[in-house]
Amino acid sequence: MEVSRELNNQANEYISHYPNDQKRSASLPLLHLLQQEYGHINEESVNWVAEKLGIEPIHVLELVTFYPGFRQTAPGKYHIRVCRTLSCAMAGCYETMEKFCEVAGIDRSKVSHHNPIAVSEDGKFSIEFAECLASCGTGPVCLIGDEFHESVKADNVAEIIEKYD
Amino acid sequence: MAAPKYIKGKEPHKSEYRMIFRNVDRRGWDTSIKSYIADGGYKDLKKALKMKPQEVTDEVKTSGLRGRGGAGFPTGVKWGFIPPNNKKPVYLICNCDESEPGTFKDRYIVHQDPHQLIEGMLISCYAVGAKVAYIYIREEFPEGAKILEDAIEEARKKNFLGKKILGGKFNCEIYVHRGAGAYICGEETGLIESLEGKRPYPRIKPPYFPAALGLYMCPTIVNNVESLCNVKHIIAMGGQKYAKIGTPRNTGTRILCVSGDVIRPGYFEVEVGKITMGELINDVCGGLRKGRKLKGVIPGGSSAKVLRAGEKYTIGTGESERTIGINEIPMDFDTLAACGSMAGSGGVIVMDDSRDMTWILNNINTFYAHESCGQCTPCREGSLWMKKITDRMVSGSGVPSDLKTLTSVGDNIAGRTICAFGEACAWPTQSFVAKFPEDFKKHTSRRNAGKELNPESKAAAAGLKR
Repeated sequence: MEVSRELNNQANEYISHYPNDQKRSASLPLLHLLQQEYGHINEESVNWVAEKLGIEPIHVLELVTFYPGFRQTAPGKYHIRVCRTLSCAMAGCYETMEKFCEVAGIDRSKVSHHNPIAVSEDGKFSIEFAECLASCGTGPVCLIGDEFHESVKADNVAEIIEKYD
Repeated sequence: MAAPKYIKGKEPHKSEYRMIFRNVDRRGWDTSIKSYIADGGYKDLKKALKMKPQEVTDEVKTSGLRGRGGAGFPTGVKWGFIPPNNKKPVYLICNCDESEPGTFKDRYIVHQDPHQLIEGMLISCYAVGAKVAYIYIREEFPEGAKILEDAIEEARKKNFLGKKILGGKFNCEIYVHRGAGAYICGEETGLIESLEGKRPYPRIKPPYFPAALGLYMCPTIVNNVESLCNVKHIIAMGGQKYAKIGTPRNTGTRILCVSGDVIRPGYFEVEVGKITMGELINDVCGGLRKGRKLKGVIPGGSSAKVLRAGEKYTIGTGESERTIGINEIPMDFDTLAACGSMAGSGGVIVMDDSRDMTWILNNINTFYAHESCGQCTPCREGSLWMKKITDRMVSGSGVPSDLKTLTSVGDNIAGRTICAFGEACAWPTQSFVAKFPEDFKKHTSRRNAGKELNPESKAAAAGLKR
């Protein structure tokens, strides 16, 4: 896999944060870089990280399959993560989730533990439940890409979705 | 230093004691180093660098500061566990994986006052002899990670960080390391494994403290964001003066995060033990919604055992022994422990009488089933089993034997796992079922069979079909 020079430089910078004999520590930072660039992590990305760090691909893959923060399937143009955990649920996050799916045209009936992401037919939005986003006082909350939204009641979902073009 | 003014509508409550959160929601404040230095920032680092490292540690010991991440272990004592004859490099890690449901304090420190954390870390690194420190920040704070990275660059330009800090002999680098969405990385040995680029499986104890063997098998100090910020204030005022804030054995301030069924949820920094649960809920948070009564409170993050309204607790020993109700509990480490729960991470979740505790527990169980790392069988299987049982309760398929099974599964996880996640996932089940049996019994009769009551029960029912 060819990556941009910029990405490669950034990867080298991350690797320099750890002792010379502990390159493996840069696994998560490198995976984040690749996910940021390509939207999700595929086999090529896993192999690239493994080669870059001088470790076996399985040691990268086992991270991708463990951490919920890494996606193995392509998300939509905008990826929505709705907090599912207690305070947000008490504030109505399940209703928020239903509304997001309705407005963005997403069918969540096929999602499962190993395949948590559902994408809209037009590929514009994808959505998943996330566990506690640590803003329990302003629930329901969600992340759209890297942007954080607070007090996302079902009633204001449509208005938020509109901002994403 | 002038007294800060706050953004309209976000002023601190009159019972608050703003120290760590002094600059949160402050009018005219931003995350730049300019703001921070104009307010007297990095003065305490200069002061610390004139002391001997051991003197800094001694001040922290004198202050009585207890870790703010959950366990409440004395910070200075933890630092003292680094082997005295150590020849290996020492690492300091800031645990910014804030992930205990109900807790949202570190978010505001990172997003609004990053230099306070960096200054606290630099002083702590100096005290423990660490030349490299990492901030392990949860992946769900992408903006926070960026703010911290920018702040570190600013601090480097001013030579507060890097080589020969402020012209002295102290070298120190801080790097931001982003996690990837796993709760277990809040467990310090899981965090260390994660930072080493492995799956975050918590390590077998002993050694009980990474101060003996931690990152790369070197002595490592792992401290919570709030704890590290406190270090700066301890150096500013001296350990003895700090120890006068709060109550004996429970010194300093604590940021309480309140969510759930109160009029004004939010974050409130108070002197430890100087405010009671009743004052917190009814005064600071504006009480419950109209016509509602208190049903229960989770006092220290979702793994803390629930407290039921109307319960009585006996606290103190000998002559000071007394019986109190839920509203009279002082919010400190020791009293909450005496009441059978814990102060944990400071996340207070309030539930009124509109809540069905089966739903609440099912939500918590879903969280822990999702987050178990899978290393130990009792936790991996048990957390999912408990979720399946409450799933079927809330989706109308509960059976009478469920309650007994649920309790027995919980009882067989706690104490049988490598890390405290076992307790964290068992305590909610054990306490909710014991304290609110009537709520659960409603869901174990055949009357509700096949009913899907709301979106959450639909999700629970779908989970069972797979």
